[in-house]
Amino acid sequence: MTVSPRSTHLGLDLSDAGPHPEAWRTSGSEPHRLFDPERLRELVDTAQRATLDFVLFDDAFALHTSRNTTLRGRLDAALVSARLAPRSAGIGLVATVDTTHTEPFHVAKALQTIDHVSHGRAAWQVAWSTSPQVTAAFGRKQVQDEADAVAEADEAVDVVRKLWDSWEDDAEIRDVATGRFVDRDKIHRIDHEGVRFVVRGSSITPRSPQGQPPVVVRATSSPARAFAAHQADVVRIAVTDRADAAVQRAEIRAAAAAVGRDPDEIRVLADVLVVLGGTAAAARERLALLDALAGDARRPDGYAHVGTAAELAATVEDWTVTGAVDGFVLRPAALHTDVDGIADEVVPLLRAAGAFRDTYPGTTLRDTLGLARPASRYASAIA
Amino acid sequence: MTVPRKQVHLGAHFPGVNSTTVWTEPDSGSQIDFASFEHLARSAEDARLDFFFLAEGLRLREHKGEIFDLDVVGRPDTLPVLAALAAVTDRLGLVGTINTTFNEPWEVARQFATLDVLSGGRAAWNLVTSPDAFTGANFRRGGFLPYEQRYERAAELVAVARALWDSWDDDAVLGDREGGAFLRDVEHVGPHFQVRGTFPTPRGPQGHPVLFQAGDSGQGRDFAAATADVVFSMHSTFEDGRAFYRDVKDRLPALGRREDSLKILPATSVVLGDTAEDAAERARVIRRQQVSGPGAIAFLEQVWGVDLTAYDPDGPLPDVEPDVGNADITRGRVRHVKDPRPVVAAWRARAEAERLSIRDLVIAVTSRGGFVGTPTHVADEIDRYVQQDASDGFILVPHLTPHGLDDVLATVVPLLQERGSFRAEYAGPTLRDHLGLDRPAEGRAATAHLDQQPVG
Ligand SMILES: Cc1cc2nc3c(=O)[nH]c(=O)nc-3n(C[C@H](O)[C@H](O)[C@H](O)COP(=O)(O)O)c2cc1C
Repeated sequence: MTVSPRSTHLGLDLSDAGPHPEAWRTSGSEPHRLFDPERLRELVDTAQRATLDFVLFDDAFALHTSRNTTLRGRLDAALVSARLAPRSAGIGLVATVDTTHTEPFHVAKALQTIDHVSHGRAAWQVAWSTSPQVTAAFGRKQVQDEADAVAEADEAVDVVRKLWDSWEDDAEIRDVATGRFVDRDKIHRIDHEGVRFVVRGSSITPRSPQGQPPVVVRATSSPARAFAAHQADVVRIAVTDRADAAVQRAEIRAAAAAVGRDPDEIRVLADVLVVLGGTAAAARERLALLDALAGDARRPDGYAHVGTAAELAATVEDWTVTGAVDGFVLRPAALHTDVDGIADEVVPLLRAAGAFRDTYPGTTLRDTLGLARPASRYASAIA
Repeated sequence: MTVPRKQVHLGAHFPGVNSTTVWTEPDSGSQIDFASFEHLARSAEDARLDFFFLAEGLRLREHKGEIFDLDVVGRPDTLPVLAALAAVTDRLGLVGTINTTFNEPWEVARQFATLDVLSGGRAAWNLVTSPDAFTGANFRRGGFLPYEQRYERAAELVAVARALWDSWDDDAVLGDREGGAFLRDVEHVGPHFQVRGTFPTPRGPQGHPVLFQAGDSGQGRDFAAATADVVFSMHSTFEDGRAFYRDVKDRLPALGRREDSLKILPATSVVLGDTAEDAAERARVIRRQQVSGPGAIAFLEQVWGVDLTAYDPDGPLPDVEPDVGNADITRGRVRHVKDPRPVVAAWRARAEAERLSIRDLVIAVTSRGGFVGTPTHVADEIDRYVQQDASDGFILVPHLTPHGLDDVLATVVPLLQERGSFRAEYAGPTLRDHLGLDRPAEGRAATAHLDQQPVG
């Protein structure tokens, strides 16, 4: 499959009511429906109509510790993804799952199962935690610093990827003649004995449609950048401008090559906070209203687009064509307003400019991202 | 006026990893594709069943040091399957078996609260407690729990989960831009868990998900009486069922519980035919599909503790003596036989007397009964068991995926409805409604309530 170099990748952050801490308090937010799965399904429908690459759900075991917001409460992101899978098609479903307090064995089979249920549209955004609140909630570890938590996340991803490979694709044989349901030579114990984990394996779940669901990492610190270069299929970067994005992308690709990976098998996406308005002034007014509601709460950091749909489309096209990024994770400041703007205004402009697809190129998220499906490492070891 | 009949409760078990699931038939479908799960769940809901049920195993079984390849191997993860089923059903209860040894309270309480919210109040947790080190080898803490402590940890895990579910008031999610209700911090210090914090996930429509228990020891029955809303039992014959039923229900009054606050639902299978003879013949064919020749040899090996592949499954029982010291020949499955010698002696005597081959004998000794007959006969029997307190209903275990319950749902269930023993319509939206269970009052946990916080 060839994809025009001008075609961008677009993900959509559907966490909470939007990344702005006060998004839920603005008109139209339907706050009584914040935990209603049908509200999420409507948003996913919109994203799918716009053929966006994926929607993404943040998660953490504590209440929004990183963000000063008055909105409380969150559902388990993996189960939200699973709930949305049967009622969607084409679009990727990215669930954030922690590695600091979870078992890689549980994480592996959960993601594999979402991949089965969605016919190949699952992805995992890896989270780690340095929070004293979460540490106290689990009560079985000491608080870890970032370097330590990221090192553990790196090993957890290693364990999970081995478990994903532990069944070869054709392990189920149903050989009536010999009475064998599986070929056990194609199911492998991973026998992982690392620094932090000893896990025998195999997964209880057969290999999923994508083999390995894509792994998404937010490269927000220097340990996280090294981790991303080592393990991620999709890297999210926080940027200040196009030049910064280009530098970060080049660094990640170089770091990946240095650890023996093919940089073309990595997609680097810039986060952008999206505040749309009919005019640039109207968008600025919307943001001012949100900020005013927030009082002393902070608006999310990083690059923000505060302006018209046409301006955002131009930015997306410009950054993609110049190779600064492979695409964007759009973070609609208020979901109930900006998701429609993205789908109905920004995307049509991008399509008209030849800068974005108007169909899904295949059935899986890997197809959409243009990433190859990996073979099981155990299969290649034997062949 | 007629006395209202005791109501039958029915669940649909997705056939899984065990020797009763027949996979050699052309119409046996995928054990993994979501379409299989969706078919069973939708047809169960069309028939107004109480719930869909998923078992769990956290390590692939091994036999003679290798993955056991003769039965169905592999299954998807329990909770994501149930979350996905919540999207394609409206009323059906969604019961997930989740082990209490290999999970942490904060995480599992959050998952079940989420499932209850995502399903509109249909979540249930089947608590199983196996603590074996073989399974533990898949987890970072390994096989850390002695067998004697399995229910101690389970009880504490449930207590913490309840405190977390209770830490949000029912109306904590107000959708009120100005005001707010309250949620409470939880602090728990016990031998197995030290948990402190503000639970991030709202209380589900059921308050607490329904709690099932599956475990048969005296400790297991005590735990069920103290904790569970439903017992998933394996006592499916009439006399055995009645004895188990009385034993468990008699534990309730001392705990201040009413008898009907705990439902007892054994696993059972159903084989139907146009006549009794038809059904018996079908049952015979199914039993032979469930016990293949190699499967029969493997079953004997579990008891003998030695390799018996040289023996002909259609021939007489092995003439070698069992290896008393090799109880671990099969791992990842509960071993019931401690000293194999008396078992072997009894089987030899029986095989001799009844002229049974190895395969015939295995079919005979692994037979679990179940209901065999015409739809009318099976409906009569199910109703008799329930009206006479041998159970409160059944969890129906089909032998085929995913169509194995189609005939039962189409014929037996309407007959139960006709006689007024089974609902024709759901009485309410939640699984608690289907089972006639009270909804736990908010804030009932006796946990320290610190720091009241406004919520959105
Ligand atoms: C009817 C029944 C079904 C069970 N299903 C499961 C299961 O799906 N997964 C599992 O790990 N254990 C299962 N178990 C075993 C339980 O983990 C049980 O708690 C274990 O045998 C130890 O408790 P006990 O000694 O009280 O039986 C089941 C037990 C019974 C009686």
